[in-house]
Amino acid sequence: MSRSRSEADSEPLRPSDHVDGVAVSDDRRDGSGDITQPRLGFIGWMRWAWRQLTSMRTALVLLLLLAIAAVPGSIFPQRTADPNGVTQYFTDNPDVAPILDNLQLFDVYASSWFSAIYILLFISLIGCVIPRTKHHWKALRSRPPRTPARLARLDDHIVSEIAHEDDPDKHAQDAVDLAASQLRTAGYRVERYDRRGSYSVSAERGYLRETGNLVFHIALIGVLIAVGLGGSFTYTGQRVIVEGTTFVNALTDYSSFNPGRFVNIDEVSRYSMTLDSFDVTYQDAGTSGAGQAGDFSANLTTQVPGEEATEGSVRVNHPLKLEGDSIYLLGNGYAPTITVADADGNVVYQDSVPFLPQDNNLTSLGVVKVADGLPEQVGLVGFFYPTAQALDTGAFTSIWPDLVYPVLTLNVYAGDLGIDDGAPRSVYTLDTGSMEKLTGTDTDVESIELMPGDSAELPNGWGTVTFTNEAPEGSEGYEQSVKRFASLSIHHDAAGPWVLLFAVLATLGLLVALFVPRRRMWVKATTTESGIQIEYAGLARGEDPILAAAVAQMARKHGDALESGK
Amino acid sequence: MTATEGLSLDDISVLLVWTAIAIYALAFIAYTIDLSRRSAALVEAQDVAVRDKELVAAGSGESVAQLRAQESAAEASLYARGSARQRLLFARIGTTLTWLAFLFHVGADVARGIAAERVPWSNMYEFSLTGTMLIVAVFLTVLFRYDLRFLGSFVTGLVVLLLGSATLAFYVEITPLMDPLKSVWLVVHVFVASLGTAFFALAFALSVLQLLQARRERKVAAQVEPPAGTVVKTGPRFVRLLPGADAMEAMAYRFAIIGFVFWTFTLIAGSIWANDAWGRYWGFDTKEVWTFVIWVLYAGYIHARATRGWRGTRSAWLSIVGFAAVMFNFTIVNMFFKGLHVYSGLS
Ligand code: HEM
Repeated sequence: MSRSRSEADSEPLRPSDHVDGVAVSDDRRDGSGDITQPRLGFIGWMRWAWRQLTSMRTALVLLLLLAIAAVPGSIFPQRTADPNGVTQYFTDNPDVAPILDNLQLFDVYASSWFSAIYILLFISLIGCVIPRTKHHWKALRSRPPRTPARLARLDDHIVSEIAHEDDPDKHAQDAVDLAASQLRTAGYRVERYDRRGSYSVSAERGYLRETGNLVFHIALIGVLIAVGLGGSFTYTGQRVIVEGTTFVNALTDYSSFNPGRFVNIDEVSRYSMTLDSFDVTYQDAGTSGAGQAGDFSANLTTQVPGEEATEGSVRVNHPLKLEGDSIYLLGNGYAPTITVADADGNVVYQDSVPFLPQDNNLTSLGVVKVADGLPEQVGLVGFFYPTAQALDTGAFTSIWPDLVYPVLTLNVYAGDLGIDDGAPRSVYTLDTGSMEKLTGTDTDVESIELMPGDSAELPNGWGTVTFTNEAPEGSEGYEQSVKRFASLSIHHDAAGPWVLLFAVLATLGLLVALFVPRRRMWVKATTTESGIQIEYAGLARGEDPILAAAVAQMARKHGDALESGK
Repeated sequence: MTATEGLSLDDISVLLVWTAIAIYALAFIAYTIDLSRRSAALVEAQDVAVRDKELVAAGSGESVAQLRAQESAAEASLYARGSARQRLLFARIGTTLTWLAFLFHVGADVARGIAAERVPWSNMYEFSLTGTMLIVAVFLTVLFRYDLRFLGSFVTGLVVLLLGSATLAFYVEITPLMDPLKSVWLVVHVFVASLGTAFFALAFALSVLQLLQARRERKVAAQVEPPAGTVVKTGPRFVRLLPGADAMEAMAYRFAIIGFVFWTFTLIAGSIWANDAWGRYWGFDTKEVWTFVIWVLYAGYIHARATRGWRGTRSAWLSIVGFAAVMFNFTIVNMFFKGLHVYSGLS
């Protein structure tokens, strides 16, 4: 069957190995009976390679490779998601780890092999989509193809006869006119093909299917580009903030800051945030999930320059949006206020020090560094127990995350804090390498143990250390005796909305591409000796489970209309 | 919820679950009897036909013509609706029992939700409870449209297996939600993922049957003139009840694309949620990786269906691999892989 020109035009363009594909030169060459390939020049080879790359088979193989290549990233720890896991892996498997590392198995999604697969896939996709889009653009304005001579050959075919009328020719024409207008209302594009004694309308619908397919594939390219470029315009920063203190959105005020390549630090929005309070609830003892913390809420007052201060809160699942940034809650804990005075009673250090939680009952670890004011530099390493209980060994543990019986234990080190050379040091660890331990195990002096409001002597008569009670005057119990801190993460994600937009477009395109049926429909009226014969026929282009029903419905509707029009 | 109050709502839910499992097991038996009775009758009838016409020596298997006739009859009944359907006693018993079990199942699910005061899909046990319920719901709904009762054994068997082992191995008491789960996205994302899984399950079953049928078709076509007395093995008997491989492939594809759309939505909804909860929409967390792998596998399946040389048996294998990945993601990844998605409720 040779295709008429208009038919080929309205057909979506497909790679040559598509199931509905028309064999192109490639296959023709094979079919010529000539076993030796004709000699191809450089251009010829390039063309051949390009056709291979943009074929269905290549797309399919690359998709499957992509799926397989993604798997190792879920088996081995990844540097981006779980850096500690990678370190641990190196410790546990010192022999294998370097080999895996050479294969980039700890950076799967940035590895050269993973990148190669998806880049090839997307080149293939672009190479596939561009010609199809061009073709589809033209097809959108083409006419439905000529009515086949023998409709009866089609699977879905219905015939009805109408008895002799005085002017069969006119009746046949009227019937087809009616069919054409019905089809047009049903969303078909129609074209009349009339000959003497045989009138027909050829109709086609479902161009939207190809449009959806193209939108889907193009939107995938959009997602990739948005993700790829987005990282360069994105910054994230972290900051720990204690109740009652204020944080300014400026580089110096972050504990860590990771800008993308194209982020201009000077254009980072200026605002400040004060942590007014931090709320958390605990499941009651004796219920299931006892002690489980929840409903975290960092209550902030935010101030954008030149505007009124506003109150807001940062909760899990509910980041605070401010000036295009999103502020997330990463963690929280206690920040005991510790005051150190010298032998004369002058305060040489006072701060609320964030202690990092070590377990679910918030046993927390923290460090105080007193650089000046005492005879030597002093470091305090401490544990904080919100509800302390002594173990048989004499050590403490926390048995409840809330402040019921708070205890702070401190060990004192003296010597060189190692902060004078200006090299950055973590505020959460103390390098005791060049320090002397003055209290606790291996010394004669007991560790310092304090409850809120208590003071203790430093060794050598150097002064005192106080665990300051932050509770307002006259309050009972320990509930407010220790401040809390929140660790916040500030994100500016320029790409997020674009990624979402393309993802939504892809989904819409997909729905259209998969569920809009594309089909041809013909209604043909032929004059016969006894009257006119009307044929209805349909042909699916691609998946169309309801074609038969559609043809039957067309026949019924048209028949009814003819009936009532009489 | 103290013990002195007698049965708590959650205890009742568990009782309902076991009742449902027991009835599903009965439904499974009924469906299986249906398959074996019908296929025995069919084999018998074909043998009789062969003997009567003395086309070939008795017992030598079916002819291509018989195969065609059987398959087109099976296809016709696949699309038959209402009273036009075959009246099959045991299949009807199976469906009735499945409906009954389903009602208990819904009761169990709702009771669990009320007892927990939230949606009943926030740990492994509850995912299994709701997920299997959706598989049955989709199956029963689809039955109104297509006569897929030959899948009854598969569906009820799968549900007995999954629900039974989940209740034995994954059951946890109701605990309050962890903060990251307190989100509308829990409601949407997990529900839609389960719905997608239900459609993938049906597609999987049809793809397996498609492979069996394709093998039978090949064997029947290949037996040009078998020597008298030899029996050509064409696979399990019940395959003779089924529509042709092409018809089942088309049906499997229909379910797979619906599943794929739900899965696409799951992927996007999950990213939006991750962005709210963790501050990034995509981080190749283990669960994200597997959701992505499954999505790509099914995209591959859809492509395979449109690629010359891949339609048919090869694409069916992709549908099978895709569903295996879904099951792997739900079980092994949830339990043994490290990641941010630590909501199985098992420690
Ligand atoms: C990023 C990788 C890709 C993904 C995730 C993907 C996904 C899909 C999906 C889900 C469909 C079914 C929806 C529809 O029918 O419109 C589809 C169809 C299609 N894709 Fe892709 N695709 C990708 C790359 C490609 C490439 C590289 C080509 C070109 C060779 C291609 C060509 C096609 C064609 C021609 C169809 C229509 C199939 C039919 O007629 O049923 N795709 N693709």
